[in-house]
Parts: sequence; C-alpha cells; structure tokens
Amino acid sequence: MTKVSMTVNGKARSVEVPDNTLLVDYIRENLRLTGTHVGCDTSQCGACVVHVDGQAVKSCTMLAAAAEGAEVTTIEGVAASKDDLHPMQVAFKENHGLQCGFCTPGMIMAATDMVSRYKAAGKTLDEPAIREELEGNICRCTGYHNIVKAIADGASKMA
Amino acid sequence: MYDTTYYRASSVSDATSKLAGTEDGKFLGGGQTLIPTMKQRLAAPSDLVDVSGIDALKNISVEGDTVTIGAACTHAQVAGSSEVAEAIPALASLANGIGDPAVRARGTIGGSIANNDPAADYPAGCLGLGATIVTDAREIPADEFFVGMFETALDEGEMVTAVKFPKATKAGYAKFPNPASRYAMVGVLAAQTANGVRVAVTGAGNDGVFRHAALEEALGANWSADATQGVSTDEGDMLADIHGSAEYRAHLVGVMAGRAVDNS
Ligand SMILES: Cc1cc2nc3c(=O)[nH]c(=O)nc-3n(C[C@H](O)[C@H](O)[C@H](O)COP(=O)(O)OP(=O)(O)OC[C@H]3O[C@@H](n4cnc5c(N)ncnc54)[C@H](O)[C@@H]3O)c2cc1C
Ligand code: FES
Ligand code: FES
Repeated sequence: MTKVSMTVNGKARSVEVPDNTLLVDYIRENLRLTGTHVGCDTSQCGACVVHVDGQAVKSCTMLAAAAEGAEVTTIEGVAASKDDLHPMQVAFKENHGLQCGFCTPGMIMAATDMVSRYKAAGKTLDEPAIREELEGNICRCTGYHNIVKAIADGASKMA
Repeated sequence: MYDTTYYRASSVSDATSKLAGTEDGKFLGGGQTLIPTMKQRLAAPSDLVDVSGIDALKNISVEGDTVTIGAACTHAQVAGSSEVAEAIPALASLANGIGDPAVRARGTIGGSIANNDPAADYPAGCLGLGATIVTDAREIPADEFFVGMFETALDEGEMVTAVKFPKATKAGYAKFPNPASRYAMVGVLAAQTANGVRVAVTGAGNDGVFRHAALEEALGANWSADATQGVSTDEGDMLADIHGSAEYRAHLVGVMAGRAVDNS
C-alpha cells in the first residue's frame, strides 16, 4: 500500500491504495469519478483517456502511483458547470457526435488534447488529421463521421 | 494484476541498485507494454522500478553527426523534436507512427527496444540506421543488441540509458500497420549510411528484426524503389499468423522497402 496524492480536476486528493492500482481504478473506485470508462483490456479503445500533466493518456495503462504529484483532468473537470459545458462537449451534442455515449468521455479528452497540441505546434487540424489522431479511440456506434465533425466544430470554438 | 511494489527511481544508479535488491523486479518505462502484460497476468514482477521520471534520461541532443536520445524520451517527444526532424527525419516520422497519441505520450524508446517486440518500429530504426545502444554498463551496436524475438543482448538488471543514432545521408521508413493494433505487419527502414546501405525489416521476420542483405545489395547499386523489385525474401524466414501468411509478408517486404526509399 502506498499513499498516492495528486490533483484531480483542481482538487487535492490523497488515497492509500495497493501499488498495483491502475490510475483508472483510482479515479473510478476511489474517487468515484465514473465518467472515465473502461472499454477494453488491451489498451486499445481509449474510453479511459484522461489528461495527466496536460497530456492525454490511457488511464487503464498507467499506475496510480506513477501519477503521484500530477495534475489530472477527467471528463468531470472539463465543464465550468452543469449549465456551462466545454465548447467540445457542446460540439459533440450539436453534431450528434455520440449515440450510446460510452466512448464519449475518452473522445472528448482526446479531442481537447489534439486541439491544444496542434495549436501549440502551429499545425492545422483538418479532417484527415482528426481521423489519424483518433487512432486510439474506438466507437462502436457512430461510424466516426459525426465525431470527426464534432471535433472540427469544437476546435473552431475553443479559444 | 498480481501484487507488486512500485518505486520511482531518481537516477540511473538509484534504479539499478534498487532493482538489484529486488526478488524479481523489472524496470518500468512508459508502461505501454508492461502494464497491459501485467493486466493479463502474463508478467508478475515483484517490484517495478520506474525509470520514466529520471531527468537525465529525457534529453535529446545533436553533436556533430550523432543524435543521442535518452532512454526515457517518449515517442511523442522524439516525433515532435525539431532537432530529430532536422537531423534524421525518418526517425521522427517513425516515432510519429507508433500506436496512437496516448501511447506516444507515455511509451519510451528505452522500453521499446528493451522489449524488442518482433513488430515494433524502433528496432528497425536502430538496426537500419546503425545505432548504438548505451546502457549503464557499456555500449552495444544495434547489430548485436537485437538477438531474437523479445530477446536482446541486455544482461539481467542492465538498463538502457540512451540510443546514439549516426546521421544518415538518406533514410526512409515505411510501415504497413496492422489495421487493428497499429504494430507493423511489415516495416522497413532503408538508409544510406557512412558504412554503406542498410536495410532493416521489422514485423515480418520469425526471429524478430533483421537486416536484408539482398535488398542492401540492390539498393547499394541503385538507390531507387525500382531496384527493390525482383529482390526476393525467403518465405521460410517469415512470420505467419491470422493477419498475413509468410508468402504475403515476404512480398510486402519488397513493397515496403520501395516505399521506404520513396520516403527518403
Ligand atoms: C495500443 C498500443 C499500440 C502500440 N502500437 C505500437 C506500434 O505501432 N509500434 C511500436 O513499436 N510499439 C507499439 N506499442 C508499444 C509501445 O511503443 C511501447 O511504448 C513500447 O513497446 C514499450 O515502451 P515503454 O516505455 O512503454 O516500456 P514498458 O512497457 O514500461 O517496458 C517494456 C519492457 O522494457 C523494460 N524496460 C523499460 N525501460 C527500460 C530501460 N530503460 N532499460 C531496460 N529495460 C527497460 C521493462 O522492464 C519491460 O520489460 C503499442 C502499445 C499499445 C498499448
Ligand atoms: S480501457 Fe483504456 S484503452 Fe480501453
Ligand atoms: S457512441 Fe457508443 S461507443 Fe461511441
């Protein structure tokens, strides 16, 4: 057991967990933030994507202990409030970028990450780039078309 | 996942001495191979010594004709490095094609080559470019480092600290990714180096990454995609699985070699 401390969605958190605890289990089971999903056991689906120190990572493929001291943002942390959604969340809603919604938290976390990376590198996030960037996020429902549209729309609205 | 004890190392000597004191410990890099393996209970290290936070292993530097990449540099870091893009563009593009963005954010070059997956990209990069693998104990030429499937020249407890890549006159990498996993079905790195043309193939060989003598000879005589046509690859040396037969892979080796030259 180790006491693992990190900042999650702006709040300092500290929980004593076994060393083999995955970050996603720390988030879901210990912090009860169940917006982050688990969709596979092969690190391929991306339903578990969260930001660790500003980078999108698969929380099912990282130990909680390895995030000691980190700043973590989950899907629960992206909107300012219930009535004030993040522009990327609004874009998914308006463009029908989801059906069952299981993949959506990971999609949104991957989307905001790709927008900020492309912005920082001065690169254009066009449709082929969005599709390429979604390599690690699987959706069983939508056929991706509206997800790609939503991300392009959300990107244009992110300041 | 079985129980384990986690330790975050602060330096190379801290990591190696810590590991030496464990029963059956392993280094942990970005965890993008080891954690999934542990989740499937195919590995059960008693201890994990995390080397991904060691600052001294996170540097990329270019001195003269050598690009040195620290073992804890992530694939994203290498892909995004303007220094690498300028010195050896094929290496930056290879790193940018590994897995997906989240895998690239965590996975490291040290972990990738220590693991030596027969379908991984970096082994082809190291072997094709004639890199030298630096460990806490010695320097190992890539030609001797990649021994076989998931097998390297690393001793028990030996740690990769950096990889030194000589600049190539020309180099290109082309991979035909497995559509589901993104690992290479066949990946070829072809390079014109100070020691002649080198061609390394990953994903295809039934003994892991290998150099392709016939392609090296053909491209040495004529550096063009055309020169790769008619160069045959022995089916007996190829992997065969549900994703592709040995015959299919043998053919693909020539095709990807041609594309690697086109990319150079
Ligand atoms: C969905 C997915 C897709 C992927 N696609 C690709 C792909 O297309 N191409 C590709 O090449 N790879 C791919 N990978 C693997 C990825 O590149 C891994 O990052 C890499 O294989 C291992 O690096 P790591 O830093 O994560 O190492 P870890 O998983 O932490 O460790 C791997 C092994 O190396 C050892 N190790 C780690 N660091 C060191 C060190 N410094 N010295 C000695 N031993 C060390 C560990 O003990 C362990 O045995 C993929 C992975 C995933 C999950
Ligand atoms: S749950 Fe993490 S990638 Fe599928
Ligand atoms: S909306 Fe159902 S998995 Fe994507």
